[in-house]
Amino acid sequence: MTDTPLSAPGAGVGRSGRVALWLRGAGGRIVPVLTVIAALIVLWYVACIPMNAHQSVLLAERSGAEVTPAAASERRNMGGIALSLRNPGPALSAAFAQDRPVLPAPHQVAVELWDSTAGMRPTSKRSLIFHGWITLSATLAGFAVGTALGILLAVGIVHSRVMDMSVMPWAIVSQTIPIIAIAPMIIVVLYSVGVQGLLPKAVISAYLSFFPVVVGMVKGLRSPDTMQLDLLRTYGATGGQTFWKLRLPASLPYLFASLKIGVAASLIGAIVGELPTGAVRGLGARLLAGSYYGQTVQIWSALFAAAILAAVLVAIIAGIERVLLRRMGLAR
Amino acid sequence: MEATAEDRAPGGSVVAAQGLNLTFHTNDGSVHALKDVNLAVERGEFVSFIGPSGCGKTTFLRCVAGLETPTGGSLSVNGLDPDAARRARAYGYVFQAAGLYPWRTIGGNIRLPLEIMGFSEDEKKRRVRETLALVDLDGFENKFPWQLSGGMQQRASIARALSFDADLLLMDEPFGALDEIVRDRLNEELLSLWARTGKTMLFVTHSIPEAVYLSTKIVVMSPRPGRISDVIDSPLPKERPLDIRDSRGFIDIAHRVREGLRAGMEEA
Repeated sequence: MTDTPLSAPGAGVGRSGRVALWLRGAGGRIVPVLTVIAALIVLWYVACIPMNAHQSVLLAERSGAEVTPAAASERRNMGGIALSLRNPGPALSAAFAQDRPVLPAPHQVAVELWDSTAGMRPTSKRSLIFHGWITLSATLAGFAVGTALGILLAVGIVHSRVMDMSVMPWAIVSQTIPIIAIAPMIIVVLYSVGVQGLLPKAVISAYLSFFPVVVGMVKGLRSPDTMQLDLLRTYGATGGQTFWKLRLPASLPYLFASLKIGVAASLIGAIVGELPTGAVRGLGARLLAGSYYGQTVQIWSALFAAAILAAVLVAIIAGIERVLLRRMGLAR
Repeated sequence: MEATAEDRAPGGSVVAAQGLNLTFHTNDGSVHALKDVNLAVERGEFVSFIGPSGCGKTTFLRCVAGLETPTGGSLSVNGLDPDAARRARAYGYVFQAAGLYPWRTIGGNIRLPLEIMGFSEDEKKRRVRETLALVDLDGFENKFPWQLSGGMQQRASIARALSFDADLLLMDEPFGALDEIVRDRLNEELLSLWARTGKTMLFVTHSIPEAVYLSTKIVVMSPRPGRISDVIDSPLPKERPLDIRDSRGFIDIAHRVREGLRAGMEEA
């Protein structure tokens, strides 16, 4: 019985075999993802035609072409789809290259993203790397504070019935208040006591990110079943030993699930924190400026920068999770 | 370091229960889990508790471990009350599920009680190695629990209960979740372990053949209220090959256990 062969995935196939297995596994994941992305891009290009139709037809009319209906007032009351159908030529030809389109085409956003990241110095006021860094620093500060606060609250909630009864309802209530309503108040209140810049945004980030950590950690710290707790009682383990040796390690998978939600929420918090002040720096400021001046391409590229940043942050946490849990024997 | 049980109760029973009662109060009224239980377990005995669900066999074991507090009567373990006995590391407890920590290796799991009890580093290493050998798991120290079969996991959990070398082993249906072939082998191994270590065993089971095969004393229990309906001293020899289960003596005891169980059910 002791010589039962142990099988791990890929065991016995050698290194090249394992790489091949990995590639097949990764391919199995990537192909569906790419298919969905391709479908979305096609849909996006198609949507550009009616969305930008009014502008396309106007441009065609100005350059002397026949358009129907001829009266601008009549066109104004028409839907984009109807207008495109009646002027298919101009609507199609001008849909993807306007200066201020209602909906910029994917390649316009991609070009703007490239120009404002790789195409200029990171210190430039137009660089998305510059703005992204401003937002990222507030995000990380808020995420760290929110995570620490969340873990502390969860430990308190699990160990104290009073905290369980008193803190948890307020934690839930705090998340029912729209962040867009409370963010300006936090910024104004902190500004009145002389605090501005990174800190107010970090506070909003922490406000959004502590909650998933509390919920996940409480669930994780409570995940050991009665039998495992009884086992430690038979050893005469202290509360501290029970925490460090059983509850904390058992909670880590739950914590990581929460951290992934928390870091995305932190980024949203930092961006929302940049909106109400009319801040001049940060991705939120970039969004705001874009909407002031009708720069839709700028808005979309800032949006994508934020989405890419969030994806990178979540991926970093997922990577740490994978390495740590595998080392702990919790992932296979 | 600690006074051993022999110092305190020379020649005394390892477990002694007199008029033990336990009533649980739940929202649906009270449940009489143990009624007037009298039992003495001597050093080196292998005692099985058998009976249908709700007969209080697990509850009795939990009382011995100090995991439940009786509401009446007296209970001593090594001459101490159960809480004091636990602090003196009087017993190891094996649950129905192996309950190994998935984030610890097999060695790490066996080290767990030793860490909590504050053994020295050298002592921990030595005891982990020795208990692994005792349950025939040498070479598995650095494997994770999921890499082992159910039977091997349960052996590791027995090793964990043996690691700090308590004289008394409390086992709550340890093989209940295993298939019969694995269970047979583990029963055999448990007997040989018992013969080698001379520990006192309290063993809860649902299985009549298992109880008869393993025990020197079989405690038949019945439910509502949970009580002892028969105590059978086994005349079987200490050396027991698996095919003893086809012998006349074995069948007679199994029959008496079955009668005891049936009588207990009819009374209830």
